[in-house]
Amino acid sequence: MNHLLLVTKREYINRVRNKAFVIMTFLSPLLMIGMAALVGFLSYKNSDTERHINILDESNLFKSELVSTERYKYTFLTDVDLSEAKTLTEESDLYGLLYIPKSENLEDLSRKVEFYSEGTPSLSVIEQIERVIENKINLLKIQEEGLDADYLASLQIDVNVRLESFKGQESSKLASTLKLAFGGLAGYLLFMFIIIYGNMIMRSVIEEKSSRIIEVIVSSVSPMKLLLGKVFGTALAGITQFAIWVILLVVLGGVASSVFGVESTPMQSEMSIEQASQFADVIQIGIAEIQQLPLLNLFVMFLFFFIGGYLLYASLYAAIGAAVDNDADSQQFMMPILMPLMISVYVGFFTVIEEPHGVISKIFSYIPFTSPVVMLMRIPFGVPIWAQLLSVFILFGTFILVLWFAAKIYRVGILVYGKKPSYKDLLKWMKY
Amino acid sequence: MNPILDIKNISKSYGEHQALNNVSLQVPEGSVFGLLGPNGAGKTSLLRIVNQIILPDTGEVLFDNQPLKKLHIQDIGYMPEERGLYKSMKVGEQAVYLAQLKGMEKSVAIEKLKFWFKKLGIAEWWDKKIQELSKGMAQKVQFIVTVVHEPKLLIFDEPFSGFDPINAQVIRDEILELSNKGATIIFSTHRMESVEELCEYIALINKSRCILQGKLIDIKRNFRTNTFRLGLLTDNPSHAKEIIEQSYTTTITDFKSIDEELKLEIQLGEGNTNELLSFVSQLGRITHFEEVIPSASDIFIQTVKNN
Repeated sequence: MNHLLLVTKREYINRVRNKAFVIMTFLSPLLMIGMAALVGFLSYKNSDTERHINILDESNLFKSELVSTERYKYTFLTDVDLSEAKTLTEESDLYGLLYIPKSENLEDLSRKVEFYSEGTPSLSVIEQIERVIENKINLLKIQEEGLDADYLASLQIDVNVRLESFKGQESSKLASTLKLAFGGLAGYLLFMFIIIYGNMIMRSVIEEKSSRIIEVIVSSVSPMKLLLGKVFGTALAGITQFAIWVILLVVLGGVASSVFGVESTPMQSEMSIEQASQFADVIQIGIAEIQQLPLLNLFVMFLFFFIGGYLLYASLYAAIGAAVDNDADSQQFMMPILMPLMISVYVGFFTVIEEPHGVISKIFSYIPFTSPVVMLMRIPFGVPIWAQLLSVFILFGTFILVLWFAAKIYRVGILVYGKKPSYKDLLKWMKY
Repeated sequence: MNPILDIKNISKSYGEHQALNNVSLQVPEGSVFGLLGPNGAGKTSLLRIVNQIILPDTGEVLFDNQPLKKLHIQDIGYMPEERGLYKSMKVGEQAVYLAQLKGMEKSVAIEKLKFWFKKLGIAEWWDKKIQELSKGMAQKVQFIVTVVHEPKLLIFDEPFSGFDPINAQVIRDEILELSNKGATIIFSTHRMESVEELCEYIALINKSRCILQGKLIDIKRNFRTNTFRLGLLTDNPSHAKEIIEQSYTTTITDFKSIDEELKLEIQLGEGNTNELLSFVSQLGRITHFEEVIPSASDIFIQTVKNN
């Protein structure tokens, strides 16, 4: 069997069978879902608690507006003054006291409503109360002026500016958000993939060095094939892990939402019919926008940049693994790898969002060490095909160059023991 | 004899440091060859070049009269000085992997490996991991993966370092058996006495140069000094010594014996042994008489001095 294939296979099988790897693969989605479920459950429980609020309504306007619901229980106090009401509320350990004074005019009233409570009340409670009072006062004001409320409502007009490119491609603010989400997701995925599996490759190289098997291996396989086999095998293991994660997340997510789905209906029922229809509209527009994205382009380029970016960084990680004897010594060489990765994420999430076709975004989408992340984030905003291809071309060209240097360092490094190499040593090794 | 390995004018430098300087040597097919020299002389660099792990700066290596190529990897078994096995892989599994890397079919590899495992009494370790094995066991595995693909040329770099005496003996016997079956064996070591008795041919490497090579017996003949070791039991040793010194150059020496006798090394020069023997036998009882044969390390030291 071909050497490259053998090495790749061993690397893959060994990685996938590794206990830590298996545990990580199956535990992380469970943890993620578990955390999400826990947070969801806690906030549900939190909003589920009944809040008992006393109301002293001296204006007598809101008796019909503040009606008790499942979550809010309102009790209207009568025949007491404010200080009595406060003592009463505090002694019976209720959530709070809403005080609405009697007032000559509505403006005055709107400024004099007060809420007394033990600590700082929840924002959502206050907002809820404010909304109810606001609506009522607005209505009263309209009636006071002798206007027809329904007529006024019919005059209300929503403005939604439509965005269109010169080529006639329509877009919207929503589309921009979606584009960012797509690009950001792709860029972030690549970033995580490189860091997780790049480190794995480095460890695998260090392991072969520290177990002293490396010389036995390179007497049968050329260092270049060994290096590439490691990079490929680890990538395959990574893809396997990602695939399992996606499947598990979908399945577990489905299970979780079907369990919690029933209980979350009360929240949805609180959404007014108007809001619901708006929500449905947004979803419909969203789907249409997604369909308008250059999906095929995005997908193909995602593959190219993902593979190219991974290969580029993976060969660097392998070279570093070969240069050092243990994990601790590798730290000094991590900086030059992590820096461009961090820069690409920063540029991606700050500059590209602000100005997808600005000079900085453009420059960084051609530099091979940052282009995978930055270009992937720019593509949803429309990048000419030739520019994408140029960037891919530069990326793969650099990969081959870096691979060549990495293989040189690798060749020498794997046979050097007991010495913490400096950058100067690495340069020297390239000349051997 | 036809050389299986013909190393021609190899030089190799690492930056400023020259590891090999115009080294040439021939390893005859079917021989047991000792590559001897102190630490850092360049032996391992030379072996790495033969195994195509590193490339020489100048010079050429012929294997079986052909320039060394990738396909020759299958014909060479190499046990490097820095050796080990994957800690987390099962023994059998990684032995199969390493055999496959040497070009064996998987099924053949398994069959041959099982045979060897049984032969060295470690069959029950097939499914264990290396970290569960003792060092001696691991080294048996190491030996097996070196020889399993039945290469024409076997190279052992410091083969017995780290072996306990019993396992060293087992491995030594196995190597000799392979040699009898026709394989060419190269031992590389800085502990010259450890392999001297096994080697038919030797090459001495010092400070990146090959300073001496050839058939061990021929070399020893060249370095013999016509010196004899004598043990003489006599009533008056100092008197006997004086008498001998009148005719011969002697030095006091020591060797194991039962008696407290006079122990001398006598340089015979042009004289012959019969004369010497009849001369000393008059002085007392001869308990020892043998020619002093220079050891490889004696030869080495002498050659280095002369250079």
